[in-house]
Amino acid sequence: MDVSSLRDARLRDPTFVPRSQLLSADDVARALRRMAHEVIEHVRDVDQVVVVGLQTGGVDFARRLADGLTEITGRAVRWGSLDVAFYRDDLARNPAPIPATTRIDHDLTNQTVVIVDDVLFTGRTVRAALNALTDWGRPRVVQLAVIVDRGHRELPIRPDYVGKNLPTSLDEAIVATLAGVWIGTKGRA
Amino acid sequence: MITSIRGQNLLSLDELTRDAIVEVLDTAEAFVEVNRRTIKKVPALRGRVVASIFFEESTRTRLSFETAAKRLSADVLSLAVASSSMKKGESLRDTIGTVDALGIDAVVMRHRSSGAALQVSRYVPHVRVINGGDGLHQHPTQGLLDAFTIRQCLAERRGVVGTETGAELFAGLRVLIVGDIRHSRVARSDIAAYVALGAAVRVAAPATLLPEFVEQWPVEVVTDFDEAIEWADVVALLRLQRERGSGSFVPTLGEFTTTYGLSVGRARRLRPEAIIMHPGPMNRGVEIDSLVADSPAAVIGRQVENGVPVRMAVLYLSIAGADEERAS
Repeated sequence: MDVSSLRDARLRDPTFVPRSQLLSADDVARALRRMAHEVIEHVRDVDQVVVVGLQTGGVDFARRLADGLTEITGRAVRWGSLDVAFYRDDLARNPAPIPATTRIDHDLTNQTVVIVDDVLFTGRTVRAALNALTDWGRPRVVQLAVIVDRGHRELPIRPDYVGKNLPTSLDEAIVATLAGVWIGTKGRA
Repeated sequence: MITSIRGQNLLSLDELTRDAIVEVLDTAEAFVEVNRRTIKKVPALRGRVVASIFFEESTRTRLSFETAAKRLSADVLSLAVASSSMKKGESLRDTIGTVDALGIDAVVMRHRSSGAALQVSRYVPHVRVINGGDGLHQHPTQGLLDAFTIRQCLAERRGVVGTETGAELFAGLRVLIVGDIRHSRVARSDIAAYVALGAAVRVAAPATLLPEFVEQWPVEVVTDFDEAIEWADVVALLRLQRERGSGSFVPTLGEFTTTYGLSVGRARRLRPEAIIMHPGPMNRGVEIDSLVADSPAAVIGRQVENGVPVRMAVLYLSIAGADEERAS
């Protein structure tokens, strides 16, 4: 196992105890490139696309996906970041997270928004993101891209672009970064 | 000491650690962004009820607290004390009991007596109490927004992101607080915040406007404003509180202005990058010259503007930030 990238995974979540690495950095880069091609196939006009990464796990991937789109089409594809802390439905049950930066510089009305997150699990984060996006206008289409879909949905939400489908059990944990994807367990904080 | 105000009351900055203060400043940074949006509202406190009870007059604190609560989607119950049953002789305890019976999650209150907020927190232990100013004691959200404003100014100048600096920008920062220290709850909260964050604080005031036991405060006392003016990175003026009888603590207003007012002449002697602050409301021409108040070095408008995001952060952490034990 690549030790420096493992450190990267632990940085994201210090309680994470990895068991094995499922995707390497190269695998992740390849998946992102394929997803970029899929986005281009699906959208009519890449100038209308705004890629929005969800804080904190989705932001690096969103930037990489937007870079990929720019590289393939030669058009500067816009991207931003969104923190959904204020829109969560579990605020009353979990300690309120400290919100990270939200940066969306464009009115999203009539745009094609591609939401990007690292791991799709219950779907509640995406539900919160859909809620939040309406404050920036009325997008023509909203799509969802995730690096890992681990199942266990609690809401009627499905991704449009998936890096890898990983069936998991509920007590497992997944960490996905540009450096790779790991499966393991969540240690006690 | 309180290490985080999540799920806690905010009664005094004296009891907050550096980490607790930095947490509020970092959270407020996210709300600055919310306040720049076209739709300045997030659903974080939807369905929660915040009561705002001001037993003492206020413009900016009350308006900014109520704006903050509304931008978090909380419902706001606003009690106008002048037209309430307090006038018929109802006690503080019974008034709070009545408001509590309506089902509230938090109460923001201001009162002329020091310790009133603490007292109310004992009457209604299940309600989060946010002190909006109690007598001569504390005005914690003012202290937090002043610290936030300083960090914001310094971070902008150095081209760094405030949330990544924690309390670093306060290390060794020289803050001079001038004027009516004795009657100022703002000064007490400001000093607590700045000292906790690592700044060096001096106070300058005529002996009559210094509080008793000031020698026990974590500050250096200077009696000559002119001596300290070139030392300061930040000069914070205070309002001469004539409604608390400050007028009789100085021989004449004119003399106070001559010796402790921030005149144009004194402002010229400030360090070129010095920041001038005033919590408002200002007595223009008394503690601060009108031209100085409107100069680029003065960040007084920014202090008011930052009141909303900082109070949003306080309400958000205090109400939505309950620990798991309380929530379950």
